Amino acid sequence: MRVLSKKNIITLLLIVAVFAVVQVLISVKIINSFYEITLATICINIILAVSLNLVTGFTGQFSLGHAGFMSIGAYVCALISMNTDSTLGFIFGILAGAVAAAIVGVIIGIPTLRLKGDYLAIATLGMAEIIRVLFLNMEITNGAAGLSGIPRNTNWTWLFIFLMATIILINNFIRSSHGRACISIREDEIAAESMGVNTTKYKVMAFALGAFFAGIAGGLYASYFYFIKPNVFGFMKSVDVLVIVVLGGLGSISGSVIAAILLAVLTTFLQQFTEIRMIIYALLLVAIMLFRPQGLLGTKEITDMFKSNKNTEKIE
Amino acid sequence: MPLLSVERLTKSFGGLTAVSNVNMYIDKGELIGLIGPNGAGKTTLFNLLTGVYTPTTGSIKLDLNGNIKELGGIKPYDVTASGLARTFQNIRLFKDLTVLDNIRIAMHKNIGYKMPSALFRSNKFYEEEDRLKIEAEKLMDIFSLTHKKNELAKNLPYGEQRHLEIVRAMATKPVLLLLDEPAAGMNPNETAELTKTIAKIRKEFDLTVLLIEHDMSLVMKICERIYVLNYGMMIASGLPQEVRSNKKVIESYLGEDLSDASNKKS
Ligand SMILES: Nc1ncnc2c1ncn2[C@@H]1O[C@H](COP(=O)(O)OP(=O)(O)O)[C@@H](O)[C@H]1O
Ligand SMILES: [Mg+2]
Repeated sequence: MRVLSKKNIITLLLIVAVFAVVQVLISVKIINSFYEITLATICINIILAVSLNLVTGFTGQFSLGHAGFMSIGAYVCALISMNTDSTLGFIFGILAGAVAAAIVGVIIGIPTLRLKGDYLAIATLGMAEIIRVLFLNMEITNGAAGLSGIPRNTNWTWLFIFLMATIILINNFIRSSHGRACISIREDEIAAESMGVNTTKYKVMAFALGAFFAGIAGGLYASYFYFIKPNVFGFMKSVDVLVIVVLGGLGSISGSVIAAILLAVLTTFLQQFTEIRMIIYALLLVAIMLFRPQGLLGTKEITDMFKSNKNTEKIE
Repeated sequence: MPLLSVERLTKSFGGLTAVSNVNMYIDKGELIGLIGPNGAGKTTLFNLLTGVYTPTTGSIKLDLNGNIKELGGIKPYDVTASGLARTFQNIRLFKDLTVLDNIRIAMHKNIGYKMPSALFRSNKFYEEEDRLKIEAEKLMDIFSLTHKKNELAKNLPYGEQRHLEIVRAMATKPVLLLLDEPAAGMNPNETAELTKTIAKIRKEFDLTVLLIEHDMSLVMKICERIYVLNYGMMIASGLPQEVRSNKKVIESYLGEDLSDASNKKS
């Protein structure tokens, strides 16, 4: 099993260490219940941002409908776990929600991914609105009032497991032949087609995979906050996720992770300035984009920075 | 039947007929030149052959050992899968990716694992990625690009970018290679280097080549047969010396590039 390389085992140990440290901090109440909400928000936002980054940052398809896929995951998971309140029901609910979101992603992706740039953004925005209006008018989802009393199964352990699964799987996808095909579409669609890349297939693949993980984020959200309504998953939620992706860097997974943490910390910190907090938030975003238009990490990953150091050493 | 047969091929953009009723054929192993003044329709013809444009009328047939396939109107990636590969007049590399990635992307059809293998890193994934890397390195060796494999394509000198485009096209394992003005913007040294490269890949890969050149001297030197386009119409074809002395060709070029050729004649 080549997966069990030295590098991968070290990574795994690091991941376990991060998990353990946070778990201890929660147990001794240094991370209190208020910060725990921030922690959950960070995890859910990272899953959303990394999965949107696959579509927008790596494949170059500008989507403004990510919250739509999140809502599908949330409602499916909520309805399933409300009927079968058990850990098994919760896991099944999350996976069923993710699969449902991915299927809708394929159905939406095939017609809309022919469009480019702004047109695609508008089309995905419209699709997410249609999903929202459907939930608003369906009986089973309880319309505008939404669903409440969803069993709370999401905890730090589950958040962390799904977060790591998302990062690792999307990272694996990008660093494969399939991922490189997606990146070539972002770089130059005509050249990609001429090199044999079936652009429609790979766009839909990235879109469906992105929707799948957005669905997981939705399921975790529903089961953590035990109350969902259609307006939670509106246009602004999609924009929030897009802001994280652009801020971190289109095409950088670690950038999305860092930006999600940074923005959540910033929001928490700004809560003391109730009135002007949105203004400060917006000004900070504008300032960062002025000084780093490519986002915090551009298309690089944190790990690249160690690598490039090593390379220059070897050459000298 | 020839490797490629183009019959009565026409492409109109609104009122403009960029390619008009063109007939041509290419036999296996030939090195064919396609020349004509700027705006003659050469690139449009390439775009028709490679699926970027759908023909208004006419047909393009590829004969792979008796297996005949119509290429007109199918998608570019299907054309590539059928065995045609191309370069672009205005270089279209994946600029922000490395030399190695540019080549690996062109090889992606040749990979033997599916998406779940990629997601969960099966042994098959590692085996196939190793094989791909070795194949890519072989190609880079042949074109002396190995020492640049981790450079971004945009950081290569102009001549090497043109070379990389050819290598990338070769990575799709074509039977017919289409080169759109590969010598454009090159100095005489780089052009000489390019000429060597083309000769080398023909020999090494048993390749058929169709070469567009605006500049006649290169084409006259290396091509076995030449087609001449003007205003979308095929006005002449034949051996280099036949084409060189053709009245219509001389007129369409108004002496430029051909001056030495027509001097010899008079
Ligand atoms: N997509 C297009 N839409 C409209 N006109 C085009 C298009 N592509 C090419 N043309 C026109 O077709 C003619 C031939 O162009 P082209 O094939 O690029 O010439 P060449 O490569 O021989 O210099 C030109 O007049 C050009 O403007
Ligand atoms: Mg041209």
